[in-house]
Amino acid sequence: MTDTATRVITDDSFATDVLASDKPVIVDFWAPWCGPCKMVAPILEDIATEHGASVVVAKMNVDENPKTPAHYGITSIPTLNVYSGGELVKTIIGAKPKAALLADLAAYLG
Amino acid sequence: MSAADPTVVHDVVIVGSGPAGYTAAVYCARAQLAPVLLEGAVTAGGALMNTTEVENFPGFAEGIMGPELMESMRAQAARFGTTIVTDDAVEMTLQGAIKQIRDGAGNEYLTRSVILAMGSGYRELGLENEKRLSGHGVSWCATCDGFFFRDADIAVVGGGDSALEEATFLTRFARSVTVIHRRDSLRASKIMQERALNDPKITFAWNSAVEDLLGDDKLTGVVLRDTETNAARELDVTGLFIAIGHDPRSELIKGQVDLDDSEYVLVDAPSTNTNIPGVFACGDLVDHTYRQAITAAGTGCAAALDAERFLAASH
Repeated sequence: MTDTATRVITDDSFATDVLASDKPVIVDFWAPWCGPCKMVAPILEDIATEHGASVVVAKMNVDENPKTPAHYGITSIPTLNVYSGGELVKTIIGAKPKAALLADLAAYLG
Repeated sequence: MSAADPTVVHDVVIVGSGPAGYTAAVYCARAQLAPVLLEGAVTAGGALMNTTEVENFPGFAEGIMGPELMESMRAQAARFGTTIVTDDAVEMTLQGAIKQIRDGAGNEYLTRSVILAMGSGYRELGLENEKRLSGHGVSWCATCDGFFFRDADIAVVGGGDSALEEATFLTRFARSVTVIHRRDSLRASKIMQERALNDPKITFAWNSAVEDLLGDDKLTGVVLRDTETNAARELDVTGLFIAIGHDPRSELIKGQVDLDDSEYVLVDAPSTNTNIPGVFACGDLVDHTYRQAITAAGTGCAAALDAERFLAASH
């Protein structure tokens, strides 16, 4: 599982990898014990591959990284947050089919 | 060959996964019917994907995790040659000898028979603030979201097995869990009741209906109405887990397949025949009485055998 298009981020790397990013970043807050998170993972992998030129797709394991989810008031996973220019610009809560996610994220996918 | 090849007429397409759909697929595949299974874009595996320990599925003496059980059923269906498509059915035309099904990606499947196994979805309270606060304290998935309520005071609505299982699970994280129930007794199984009633972190709000959800950006409390005295009171909680039951996912086939007053698919029991020849239904889509993994698997098996007989008779 080394060949993935998504980037693994942590509490420590969040400022550099997400807030300071040139491109918008979609952050998938997930955990290994969350069933719906498993359903969204391959869809995000697809989006990362297909839209890598305009957006970064990052994954944060909330089990290992408590600070960032707490800071953004996340109480439900999967949550997808989009950050652009260091600001939180969109939140999508819950698992959705690929077509619905693409529609929700259209503004950032270029 | 693509399963959605418009020149191919399949013997059977199974719509929906979960114990019913996967079991139907295992039986159809072993009967050499080369089934196509539309397992759902984000609902694959069904309701058990959001559970933890399943203690009552026969054959697993030490219990098994819900998602693990479903992955295992899926692998068993795949092993015998089921074509599994991870997408939803978005349109079905079921009348006639050749039935048409379209998936979320726009692919069309033609088939001589269809097994409906779409299961059920979480019921909502129907309150004004429910949507706005969902994901901000209001949740339908204790195993997904319980983690975020460490040392918090939270509540579970409902009185069945799911509600008590969630309440018991949530005590791992929460400081206190209040079970809010409309009646003064539970319909959950005895073993779940005993566990919850003996748990020092769980208290019960009997004869109470949730009337309002409080909070601007996130949940801060709920308003409860006493169903006997009609008195209202506030309960301060930062999390509310809703487990008040399920509704069948039959909206897509309404108007084609006969449904009962609660929108469950009507079958000619003990068979799985619907009112349309070649269309069979199983699992929680049909069953408002038992609703267990094992009964869903049982009717999934019956649907596969019914489809096999139907195809043999019409060939």
